[in-house]
Amino acid sequence: MTTRARFVLMAAGIAGLAALLVWGTGGLQPFGHGQSKYAAYLNANAVHQRHATNVVSAVTFDYRGFDTLGEEFILFAAVMGVTLLLRSQLDERDDAPRDRAEGRRAVDTSDAVRVAALGLIGPSVLLGLYVVAHGTITPGGGFQGGVVLAAAPLLLYLSGRYLLLKSVHPMHALDLTEGTGAGGFTVVALTGAAVGSAVMANFIGKGQMGSVFSGGTLPVFNVLVGLEVAAGLTLVLYEFLEQTLVVRRS
Amino acid sequence: MNAAGAVQIVVMTLVAGFALGVVLTREPLHQAIVFALFGLVLGVLFLVVQAPDVALSQIVVGAVAWPAMVLFTLAKARERERRNGRGRR
Repeated sequence: MTTRARFVLMAAGIAGLAALLVWGTGGLQPFGHGQSKYAAYLNANAVHQRHATNVVSAVTFDYRGFDTLGEEFILFAAVMGVTLLLRSQLDERDDAPRDRAEGRRAVDTSDAVRVAALGLIGPSVLLGLYVVAHGTITPGGGFQGGVVLAAAPLLLYLSGRYLLLKSVHPMHALDLTEGTGAGGFTVVALTGAAVGSAVMANFIGKGQMGSVFSGGTLPVFNVLVGLEVAAGLTLVLYEFLEQTLVVRRS
Repeated sequence: MNAAGAVQIVVMTLVAGFALGVVLTREPLHQAIVFALFGLVLGVLFLVVQAPDVALSQIVVGAVAWPAMVLFTLAKARERERRNGRGRR
């Protein structure tokens, strides 16, 4: 294909995309005004019906919970895919750990980075647990909290304590935790169908509004998603670190 | 215009600027860093338009998880390039 033909093709594609975007944006509600009927209904009823002050959480894990059930396995499949791609291959062999960063020869991590990373591990674990536990009442939830929790091992690596993480051989525990999260989510979702009206039906008592254990199944789902996300991301991180072996002698 | 509207316009301009920066940065290593900053301001935009849940997700994924994955992938890919003697530098 000549350069000119490619340019014409690209210009036609971009013009079509731009027209679609302008047309689609024109049909939206004015910025900051107007509400769909669905949003208006949820704003009026969700807090009262589910005893969840964070309506977003009620939507993700209850009203539109079936979507989330599918999404749960997107991450699961992605983690499996990365693990499969990063497995040890025949033409690879283990080397002694050393710094392989581009254009740099075994420069030690500065004390400032180590101290800052080490000091942030505790707060990030605490913040992660808080965000997971309070998903029903304040912004956040299992996914966000799970990623914050997974930042803790990343900070452990930054603080130069990666060998410590490696020495506890976390792979098996991580596999187990990730599976518990994804499997438990499915079990609770199907239990809704068994004892309630439909898959993901909220079958537990809704509790006192504003307390950590309010919202029926919502906090349960938050904890399970938190387990899966934290373990899944840590697993990916661990696989990457093992593969690249960007390990400093400590 | 009220104060909230002014803040929204400032943050939207920042998002557009950083998005342009991501596209114009051609070196993957530098692009990962610029993308992390873009993820952060996009998170701030979500916060400003009162979507704190989405803002949290955006910040943890866009500013932390995704750039980290890119950095690890680059480290892995460049290691192989170097070993095969095809390194560009």
